[in-house]
Amino acid sequence: MAHADTHAHDDHHEHKPSGIGRWLFATNHKDIGTMYLVFALGMFFLGGAMALLIRLELFKPGMQYFDPQFYNSLVTTHALVMIFGAVMPAFVGLANWMIPMQIGAPDMALPRMNNYSFWILPFAFTLLLSSFATAGGGPAGGWTLYPPLSLQGGTSFPLTIFAIHLMGASSIMGAINVIVTIMNMRAPGMTLLKLPLFCWTWLITAYLLIAVMPVLAGAVTMLLTDHFFGTSFFNPAGGGDPVMFQHIFWFFGHPEVYILILPAFGIVSEIIPTFSRKPLFGYDAMVYATASIAFLSFIVWAHHMFTVGMPLAGQMFFMLSTMLIAVPTGVKVFNWTTTMWRGSLSFEPPMLFALAFLFLFTIGGFSGLMLAIAPADFQYQDTYFVVAHFHYVLVPGAVFAIMAGVYFWLPKWTGHMYDMALAKWHFWLSSISVNVLFFPQHFLGLAGMPRRIPDYNTQFTDWNMVSSVGGLVFGVSQLLFVWVIVKCVSSGERATDKVWSDAMPLGLEWTLPSPAPYHSFEDAPEVK
Amino acid sequence: MARPRRHRALVGRLLLFTAGSFAFGFALVPLYSVLCKVWDTGNRWYGTQTAEAAVVERPVADRLITIEFVANVPRAGDWEFAPQVSSMRVHPGKLYSASFHARNLIGAPVVAQAVPSIAPNSVARYFRKTECFCFTPQRFATGESRELPIRFIVDPELPPDVDRITLAYSFFDLPQAAAAAR
Repeated sequence: MAHADTHAHDDHHEHKPSGIGRWLFATNHKDIGTMYLVFALGMFFLGGAMALLIRLELFKPGMQYFDPQFYNSLVTTHALVMIFGAVMPAFVGLANWMIPMQIGAPDMALPRMNNYSFWILPFAFTLLLSSFATAGGGPAGGWTLYPPLSLQGGTSFPLTIFAIHLMGASSIMGAINVIVTIMNMRAPGMTLLKLPLFCWTWLITAYLLIAVMPVLAGAVTMLLTDHFFGTSFFNPAGGGDPVMFQHIFWFFGHPEVYILILPAFGIVSEIIPTFSRKPLFGYDAMVYATASIAFLSFIVWAHHMFTVGMPLAGQMFFMLSTMLIAVPTGVKVFNWTTTMWRGSLSFEPPMLFALAFLFLFTIGGFSGLMLAIAPADFQYQDTYFVVAHFHYVLVPGAVFAIMAGVYFWLPKWTGHMYDMALAKWHFWLSSISVNVLFFPQHFLGLAGMPRRIPDYNTQFTDWNMVSSVGGLVFGVSQLLFVWVIVKCVSSGERATDKVWSDAMPLGLEWTLPSPAPYHSFEDAPEVK
Repeated sequence: MARPRRHRALVGRLLLFTAGSFAFGFALVPLYSVLCKVWDTGNRWYGTQTAEAAVVERPVADRLITIEFVANVPRAGDWEFAPQVSSMRVHPGKLYSASFHARNLIGAPVVAQAVPSIAPNSVARYFRKTECFCFTPQRFATGESRELPIRFIVDPELPPDVDRITLAYSFFDLPQAAAAAR
């Protein structure tokens, strides 16, 4: 245990604790970051396997393999696993690895809490997934948990609620750690407006997390007391209103979608300047745009529920405030594009993923604008168009940015260069198949195919088959990603300290040796 | 060790922020009710569950609108619950009576509450009830059946484009009230 303590003043302590204890009692930001990333990768494959089962059932019209109840629980847990198990932990893992290295700190500010926040997650997901073994199966009311449907779940209902409580506690602790680290542990001379953008976007994300995760905890607690303790928050018989749940849920839910994308903006803002060999265009504008998006995310929630019935003034407000988000987002896309303008571009795997992010995330943004139009939303609501929209912003958006970040920093972590050819194969297979997978879902949705239904009318067959084939190719090509990482950990050409020496890597992480030492900066660097 | 102390102060503030967010989630509950009342939306039965104090009859002889009655029970088999007539033609400004028939099929004495809903939602405030079984919990013995009266008047100010109002009741048994009654 004594060895697991990583105090800043333990200089020349490259000695790592050994055995399982190194991981169980980990307090080192790199060890915890690695555990988060490995956990996220595992959950990505688990959620992906669920997605493939969904695509299998939807390959042909008619009921093929699953009964509707099991299909619904696949849809529900796929969402929970991917959001809370894959994307969020992956971002926290990257934050753990990179934030101390980018701000010139030896470690995260609160290493013990860091350990708790990681180790809660396996328990949370064991709880969630164990509900599949109970009578009545897994949660099947959709990840949004709308009452009264979610209240009718069997044993899975309390298990899901408690799992969400644990996931929330974990992300709140992670967020507090990030804020304290960035606020208190920056190297001398690193003012807030010199902070790398990945740290900036994470700082704002962390504030979003502590602002809205407790609201979700409150909402699911109300569900719990409605179900077990006779309260009537959402029960009309006792004076409640089920629509209120939707308001509270989406008050959490909309900032949550920015929690899932702002760190991705940060990663892309690090990668594009490096491989354009130009500093980022409009750094200050990027920071202010991120802050504006975060602010706006609190006042647009009801665009998720235009059809529940609300006054015309409400529809107008939520429609226009939602469209306003396109302005700061447009600033970001403009700045990334302008950074590349007349830059000296090269197309290493991280840059390829960042470029795919730029194109495909923007497509997701455009379909978001279509959904923001209140009268049009009455047609799109609960169709595959919505599914296509949020998968475009989450898969080639958030997930591609995570992969770009891994390919960007992996040599710094392992000390080895990875197999560039294989990584490019991974990129091309993924970016082509992800479009084959999700683009046809726009057509299906506009033609009226509803989401969360295991069967469909025969006129939807062709595009569903195309989509399923794309899904299979996308899923299988992720095995390449694992292969590249595994190879890179054990072997490969030695990486230089700058890693991308012929590009222009900025930032303190590139001043450290590769692989990065166990304790990042024992002596704080001077930032001019 | 100035650094840990600095951390502790910030962590304290952030935990307070987190607790505040949790409390805010619950504060949204009363806030929602207030906003629904202000904007006349959401909990549609607000205001539809209280009696009008004094109503002056001012019949509009040349206007007829249709009132439709709908009865719902959350679980089939618990209640026999239906309006005596499924619709009426009424003059705005004139007082009318109607009634619903209810029979307890639960097999035990029960206290029930009817929750009204008026469609379209925007005309709820023109539909005034002077007497309604929905104002109070209703006590039913095992197998008891009863006629439940309602007296209402449609405000003559009703917007001219409305020619049809639907009044729907859902009949819920109140388990807590029943337990207290025993």
